[in-house]
Amino acid sequence: MNRYPLWKNILIVMSLVVGLLYTLPNFYGEVPAVQVSPIKAMLKADAALMGRVEDILKTGKIASDGVFLDATSVKARFADTDIQIKAKDLLQSRLGEDYVVALNLLSNSPGWLTAIGALPMYLGLDLRGGVHFLLQVDMKSALTKKIDAFAGDIRSALRDKRIQYSGVAREGQAVVVRFRDAGAREKAAAEITKIMPDLDLKLQDDAGEYRIVAVLKQEAQRRAEKFALDQNITTLRNRVNELGVAEPIIQQQGADRVVVQLPGVQDTAKAKDILGRTATLEIRMVDAHASDPSARDYDPQKVELAINGQVPFGTELFHVQRDGAKEPLLLSRQIVITGDRLTDASPGFDQQDGRPIVSVTLDGQGARTFQQVTREAVRRRMAILLIDRGKAEVLTAPVIQSELGARFQITGFRSTEETKDLSLLLRAGALAAPMEIIEERTVGPSLGAENIRIGFNSALYGFLAIMVFMIVYYALFGVFSVIALSANVFFLVALLSMLQATLTLPGMAGIALTIGMAIDANVLINERIREELRNGNTPQAAINAGYDRAWGTILDSNITTLIAGLALFMFGSGPVKGFAVVLCLGILTSIFSAVMVSRGLANLYYGGRRKIDRVSIGQVWKPGAEKA
Amino acid sequence: MEFFRIKRDIPFMRHALIFNVISFITFLVAVISLSTKGLNLGVDFTGGTVMEVSYSQPAELNNVRETVARLGFTEASVQNFGSARDVLIRLPVKQGVASVKLSETVAAELRKADSTLEVRRVEFVGPQVGQELFENGALALLVVCLGIVFYLWLRFEWKFGVAAIIANLHDVVIILGFFSIFQWEFSLPVLAAVLAILGYSVNESVVVFDRVRENFRKMRKASVPSILDNAITRTMSRTIITHFSTQLMVCSMLVFGGETLHYFALALTIGILFGIYSSVLVACPLVMWLGVSREDLVKPEKKADAEAVV
Repeated sequence: MNRYPLWKNILIVMSLVVGLLYTLPNFYGEVPAVQVSPIKAMLKADAALMGRVEDILKTGKIASDGVFLDATSVKARFADTDIQIKAKDLLQSRLGEDYVVALNLLSNSPGWLTAIGALPMYLGLDLRGGVHFLLQVDMKSALTKKIDAFAGDIRSALRDKRIQYSGVAREGQAVVVRFRDAGAREKAAAEITKIMPDLDLKLQDDAGEYRIVAVLKQEAQRRAEKFALDQNITTLRNRVNELGVAEPIIQQQGADRVVVQLPGVQDTAKAKDILGRTATLEIRMVDAHASDPSARDYDPQKVELAINGQVPFGTELFHVQRDGAKEPLLLSRQIVITGDRLTDASPGFDQQDGRPIVSVTLDGQGARTFQQVTREAVRRRMAILLIDRGKAEVLTAPVIQSELGARFQITGFRSTEETKDLSLLLRAGALAAPMEIIEERTVGPSLGAENIRIGFNSALYGFLAIMVFMIVYYALFGVFSVIALSANVFFLVALLSMLQATLTLPGMAGIALTIGMAIDANVLINERIREELRNGNTPQAAINAGYDRAWGTILDSNITTLIAGLALFMFGSGPVKGFAVVLCLGILTSIFSAVMVSRGLANLYYGGRRKIDRVSIGQVWKPGAEKA
Repeated sequence: MEFFRIKRDIPFMRHALIFNVISFITFLVAVISLSTKGLNLGVDFTGGTVMEVSYSQPAELNNVRETVARLGFTEASVQNFGSARDVLIRLPVKQGVASVKLSETVAAELRKADSTLEVRRVEFVGPQVGQELFENGALALLVVCLGIVFYLWLRFEWKFGVAAIIANLHDVVIILGFFSIFQWEFSLPVLAAVLAILGYSVNESVVVFDRVRENFRKMRKASVPSILDNAITRTMSRTIITHFSTQLMVCSMLVFGGETLHYFALALTIGILFGIYSSVLVACPLVMWLGVSREDLVKPEKKADAEAVV
């Protein structure tokens, strides 16, 4: 009766092997590395980039321990941190600003482990050091801006249709339009409903004054909020790239918050500066260019002179990325419109030829100015500049095809990737809703290392103490329990590594606590076997009954802890969530290991024998025995 | 080796009243302290800034205090953290002061006096986040309690569920009471420890109640107190050994876990010790007072109930 069918034994061995394999990478430690990743979507991390990195390292006579390519970056390993820093500086200067070159740590585990997806556990910031920010997006001001834009749009729409009104103003989160007669209001309401479907209109009469009160529809409001959030995340991502962080995390949290995690960043002041900065967008006219004879202002000579240092008064020399090369452009210093006039930019497709385009929407005032300027400037080129940290970059410089108004399209892209990128950048520069840091957690690198030591030592010595106690108290069954408990630790660590769940210091404490609690199942089983023996059962029957009957209680006793773990997972944040994950996973692995693994061992040892004289489970004291 | 050589059932229920009085008094002390002194809530819940800085020599706390006060933080608390070289500075939320760059300002000011200063940790929690973390913590506690009551209600008769949850909530109140009386810092990890231990010690009651149910079925003629006595006596070895093992681990955390895990481990220790006591010696008398009887458990139609173990 104490034999496992083959499949159960195989299952146990298999899970032990898998557990061990996926735990293994955690023992190898990490080596210094440099990570190169492209900033722009147009640039790919590919074999060509890898070749370039290898070449640069070779010509710089820097020995690397291997260069690797993954989905988003090229990574090079180095023997020590001195070489790593040298390599970073060299790569940074050679590759230029289109790539993030960041210091990183790579797992030192052999390639075959990485190939089967066995990675070390993902350490939280409290263990590896770094900064965590929680930013709150000011949605109210994002909506106010949106309403302002609508007020402008309504004004120009009414003017276009020559509808008489006495005033348009934003009041709170609504646009109020005033009329002197009801007829004009009727016409206006019909017009606004037609061209601005995002608005909900209410008609009010007050002391001989006719009013339309327009508010954003719920759904449009949600969309505007989503838009503001996405845009802010894009802006943050672009800015974080500047910091040269290897594995930044920028993520939405809730409806109006963004989490930014920057592992390894120590200079928090700089990080805050960069995150809190506001970028602006400008549109300026091109004064001279040298690439397209069919466009106006084609003047290669003027550009050539400018490159050689003779920049005419009132202009500025810029370079724009075009078809993989840099094109020089001479821009007028005069700004046509700024980014706050831009209300939307989204990628799409041309309705005629299906080619990718970017649709841009301007607000009323922006549209008016734009219309005046472009009327005179057909076939000229205009440049859209992003000014971030006082540095201007030309995003694109298209040729104006006709007089442009509130909505226009930019064409000439080769991929949807490019249009997506540009529209994000356009938005990023424009209407970012203000953000505020509402939570910061910074952990220095020395404390991170110390936290790992603390967590590891607590678990190790606690485990040793339990091990000694169990073996002394339960003899051979104590050994089974300890082996099962070690298997439990492997399973748990392997599971955490596989899921790449974030391990925090409370998470490490959770591993320790789980070990302490998991022993409960073994104690239950062992005590039950002793009791069965005490009642005079044969050893085989006692072992069998012990495991079978303990099962229900083990389930029971773990469910309540699991309830607590799940609640913590639902309501906890950050480090506590890490604790909850470990607690829940630990309960699951401990049920498996206590029941299956230790029983497998007992079966292996005792199950094969026909008759056992005694079971090595420590002393089984019987109340009647002392009298004899 | 066998620690528990118990020949006769120990008459716990004869002293039920004493246990209840002890519980009631500790509970009362905890509640009084909680309502008068309150909890020393950590920065997670109140909002504010905590900085841990490290000097190369033992730190002059007074100098640090003066520097911080000079910056306008008269309510700041400055104390050693773990060793004489490490200092913990707590800055409360101040209306109208931009807290975003606060830590950098303080660090820069402190560096003027000693350039070896290393900022080991900064935690800034905005007041609104603190409020949310507090609410979420309370909500988690509520959900855990409801979840456990619901589970026990499914598993047993209502009298057992009520007794178990009262006994274990009494634990929670007593843990909180300790944190209040000694004004230990109550942080997020401590809350996590309290909830984990709540789930952990409820299962103690489950084991005892399982045995009570089994006894009602087997010991047809025994009185209710003697049934309870027998159940407690026979589960005692298991209860004490498992808790002892868990406590071994927690002790290791207390010794090796440094300042960071100190209060976490402390909350676990109190929870484990009171967990043994209350889930057995509080829950059982409560069941008795609630008037549990054989009819509550042994249903006329015989069902194949899960048998109790230990």
